[in-house]
Amino acid sequence: MLDDFMIRAALAGIGVAVAAAPLGCFVVWRRMAYFGDATAHAAILGVALSLAFSMSIFIGTLVVALLMALTVSVLSGRGYAMDTLLGVLAHSALAFGLVAVSFISGVRIDLMAYLFGDILAVSRGDLVMIWGGAALVVALISWRWSALLTSTMNEDLAHASGIDPKREQLVLTLALAITVAFAIKVVGVLLIAAMLIIPAAAARPLSKTPEGMAFVAGIIGALSVVIGLRAAYVFDTPAGPSIVCVAALTFLTLSVIKGFRSLV
Amino acid sequence: MSLVQVEDLSVRYGARTALSRVSLRIEPSEIVTIVGPNGSGKTSLLRAIIGAIKPFQGRVVQASSLKIGYVPQKLHIDETLPITVSRFLKLTGGVTAADIDYALTQAGVPALEKAQLSQLSGGQFQRVLLARALIAKPDLLLLDEATQGLDQRGSASFYQQIETVRRNTGCAVLMISHELHVVMSASDRVICLNGHICCEGTPAVVASAPEYRELFGTGTGGALALYRHEHDHSHQHGDHPHDHNGTAN
Repeated sequence: MLDDFMIRAALAGIGVAVAAAPLGCFVVWRRMAYFGDATAHAAILGVALSLAFSMSIFIGTLVVALLMALTVSVLSGRGYAMDTLLGVLAHSALAFGLVAVSFISGVRIDLMAYLFGDILAVSRGDLVMIWGGAALVVALISWRWSALLTSTMNEDLAHASGIDPKREQLVLTLALAITVAFAIKVVGVLLIAAMLIIPAAAARPLSKTPEGMAFVAGIIGALSVVIGLRAAYVFDTPAGPSIVCVAALTFLTLSVIKGFRSLV
Repeated sequence: MSLVQVEDLSVRYGARTALSRVSLRIEPSEIVTIVGPNGSGKTSLLRAIIGAIKPFQGRVVQASSLKIGYVPQKLHIDETLPITVSRFLKLTGGVTAADIDYALTQAGVPALEKAQLSQLSGGQFQRVLLARALIAKPDLLLLDEATQGLDQRGSASFYQQIETVRRNTGCAVLMISHELHVVMSASDRVICLNGHICCEGTPAVVASAPEYRELFGTGTGGALALYRHEHDHSHQHGDHPHDHNGTAN
């Protein structure tokens, strides 16, 4: 079964959707969308470094994404508005990454594969990596779920319950870096943030509890992967962007339905 | 044994001193109200007690196994976060349906479990926050301007609820408030804060203290205009003697 590249692609995409769902909910609730972008964009620098030092791309992107996320956490609240800071960091990381990749001679790199993903070329080894990473992220977030939710709502409330909001922020940062590192292969650095945010945002009108929203986001993400891959096959379109298009259309449809319901 | 003992506490934000050498104790079952103008360090004091900010100097000692229930000033629930009252109350962990029932009843909003947090009125929301603080059966309840955004009737009934809670559970209460006359009747002790402790005592003693009157006026309508509000006054050494600028009487 795993010999079929479409099956492997679908499994890889679903793996990303499963991890991105709970993480994406926190990104939406905490208004960290730009933060996800910055971390993902920095990953291209990680790709360049991994190729230069011929180490695993997973490790390289993980380290750079983590460094980026930590930098943002440390710099936040020190003079610049968060969106300015993230705008500067996200785009300069991407630019430096692209420049760094051009320095690497000898290897012919398909840059598009890192920017937009190459889900149809997912190998069995990649699948192990993706599902391992996804399991790690889901385990991490489930373990800290209540503490994360409390510190998302109010930091002082967290302090009063003996929760350190800074530590919880670090948990999210780590989960985000891991997700970026294993999702590059599937959707590429430019569209990782879309996989985090769009299914979570689409799930909002259907949910009554935080857990429900994470669950529905997972379903929407997984369906987007399956339908997007099918569409890419039928219409001969790029797979990663097709998946994101399906998720976006789902978001649009659910929002319009919700809008109509509140009018009636 | 005091529940909380604040010893010689100073808090700084960069070069700005928010609190300077504040000492106080909270005893079991008493209701203490902190009053003071904006920027007088009231919230800093509360945040230092829950451990959200580190003292620059001095320390905060909590009684062993002290359970604190905290009601924040305001809690903004992002529109994107769906959560019911009962799920919100369960966030503290180890909470049963009976606990939720008890806490909501104590807070004066029974049978609200299934409502979405974002759909509640201001008064209901504050009471749900109170229920959350009560659910762990705290020894000390901390309230930071808990009635902000409520009208006068709403806040009066909220403070009556606090008195009821104290009577029913015996927990001590430390609260910050702007609404002096409303709060004062419910308090055993009032602390007037302006970076340091200006004066403290029973509500009647504080209301007639010159330091308090200087900060807030007499509060008896009309006479208010006679007082010049000079908030940057200084105290020379410790509590007495006072050196207040712009004394009006």
